[in-house]
Amino acid sequence: MSKAQDTMLYLNGVSVAFDGFRAINNLSIIVRPTEMLAIIGPNGAGKTTMMDIITGKTRPDAGDVMFDGRTDLTKLDEAAIANLGIGRKFQKPTVFESHTVWDNLEMALKKPRGIFAALFYTPSDEDVARITEILETVRLLHRKDEYAANLSHGQKQWLEIGMLLAQDPKLLLVDEPVAGMTDSETEETAKLLREIAKTRSVVVVEHDMSFVRELGSRVVCLAEGAVLAEGSLDQVSANPVVIERYLGR
Amino acid sequence: MLTQALFRALDKKAVWVIGIFLAVAVLVPMANLLIPPGQFGHVPTYLVSLLGKYLSYAILALALDLVWGYCGILSLGHSAFFALGGYAMGMYLMRQIGTRGVYGNPTLPDFMVFLNWKELPWYWMGFDNFWFAMAMVVLVPGLLAFIFGFFAFRSRVTGVYLSIITQAMTFALLLAFFRNDMGFGGNNGLTDFKDILGAPVQAQSTRVILFAATAIALALSVLVCSMIVNSKLGKVMVAVRDAESRTRFIGYRVEYVKLFAFTVSAIMAGIAGALYVPQVGIINPGEFEPGNSIEVVIWTAVGGRGTLIGPIIGAIVVNLGKSWFTSALPEFWLFALGALFIFVTLFLPKGIVGLWKQIFGARRKKAEEPAAPTPAQSADIERGEDPSTFDSVQPRPAE
Repeated sequence: MSKAQDTMLYLNGVSVAFDGFRAINNLSIIVRPTEMLAIIGPNGAGKTTMMDIITGKTRPDAGDVMFDGRTDLTKLDEAAIANLGIGRKFQKPTVFESHTVWDNLEMALKKPRGIFAALFYTPSDEDVARITEILETVRLLHRKDEYAANLSHGQKQWLEIGMLLAQDPKLLLVDEPVAGMTDSETEETAKLLREIAKTRSVVVVEHDMSFVRELGSRVVCLAEGAVLAEGSLDQVSANPVVIERYLGR
Repeated sequence: MLTQALFRALDKKAVWVIGIFLAVAVLVPMANLLIPPGQFGHVPTYLVSLLGKYLSYAILALALDLVWGYCGILSLGHSAFFALGGYAMGMYLMRQIGTRGVYGNPTLPDFMVFLNWKELPWYWMGFDNFWFAMAMVVLVPGLLAFIFGFFAFRSRVTGVYLSIITQAMTFALLLAFFRNDMGFGGNNGLTDFKDILGAPVQAQSTRVILFAATAIALALSVLVCSMIVNSKLGKVMVAVRDAESRTRFIGYRVEYVKLFAFTVSAIMAGIAGALYVPQVGIINPGEFEPGNSIEVVIWTAVGGRGTLIGPIIGAIVVNLGKSWFTSALPEFWLFALGALFIFVTLFLPKGIVGLWKQIFGARRKKAEEPAAPTPAQSADIERGEDPSTFDSVQPRPAE
């Protein structure tokens, strides 16, 4: 366990197989506090499965998954892990479409998650101020009373990032945040994530290389469920194996 | 805390609905008691009881809507909770018969004497006390729903599988209550009631009071449901309905949210059953019939699920239709009901309330406020949400 100390996320020798197919194969990754890590890799490399394991959706067959140097995540379910301080943004934006933008954030806001706490919840002035602040950050203040269903694709992505912020997590897992975004939106998103990574750990899965470059973080390339290469983007993309297996000729 | 929740519950729509049923609780009895028979506006006593029956159905439909319309749990066994509440009330009414039964036994109901039973089974103890019986009306359906829900939701049984096991639950209870040695009157159920709280069940004044009690219970049910759906918990329920696993990932325990809604709903259904039994004068295992639960689903769908007024309108309208149909064209009722369900599913996914909003809402504030997606539409989101797991196990495309 000593190795897990001073890490935000510690994966060691994690494996999982679905019907004999090894989706994750002896994977080891470390994320330090307030560090940003970008994960790249071809389809089927196990990026999303890795996220599923961290957030409790999938149980690994073997290996350690530790959070904040001390909590074993393999023993907890999704809700417990979320409440520990791990927020996740999905590949396909999933916001609550029949709720307003405001209500989406109000539900995500870090507050007691019990049944009766929710039944008798009344937003305090601080809560309102916090939600307003997040709305300003993700530039949705002018659409706060609209149903989330009516947002554009990019706006949904941003709302989901806003929901992550409202949860106030220590670790953010962000799956393809710029899919379907315009260039300027992509740029803004990179800026926002860099800002977030000043105070929290962020793991970003992305295919868009120019976006990964803008993040300017450490990069891990996954393939067939294991780490293929690690380092700066330039190091990783110069790696002949990565070129062969992922970037293509 | 509670006052704030109550204040939130009393939005404009809920105040109207509650006001209407409180007015009905006063006006219908007045029209029965104060206007002499034969004069315009008189409501005959049989009609008061019939309307009371409809209102108890409305409470049942509202209870189903709380779990189905708001939380996405399609229960096909809600009439089980209704019937259990009804049986608890029926047991109290049986104990009130006393020596007036056919066999004149002071403690044993007639059917037990007939079966040659010598003493009252333990589970009939205490039912001579009205308040004990009322406590059971709430506790028995509530506890069954809690235990059933605890295991079903913890094991993440959802969708059609959950619907099927709720149906199995009510069917199992149907078979159990049919057995004579269960001690609930078997096939014949419980009937021949005489008194309720010392007043004769058949008397006009009792019937009028029962009607008023049902209307008030409906108003209170609307208040409770409004309080729940207008709270943050209500929003979480809708979130569970639309994107269950997403709700988990922001830290809510979906199983507890569902369990809460299911248990509250079962208690409401039990109360509806308890109000129904003295007004129709009988409770038998037929009430557990799976078809009954499906009818409740149809009322709710016709009225408009995911609204508070919809299921009430649906229950009343469909049952008015049923009353008319079963006397005019009895053999066609089930066909008509099936056709109605198909029609509503295809053309009115938001039911009568949705149609109303479409016609009158659109005219009032055109294009000002875009419509919320229907539960059906948002269900696609849930389905579309999880291909992520798929994606990751797909083999890498060959190069």
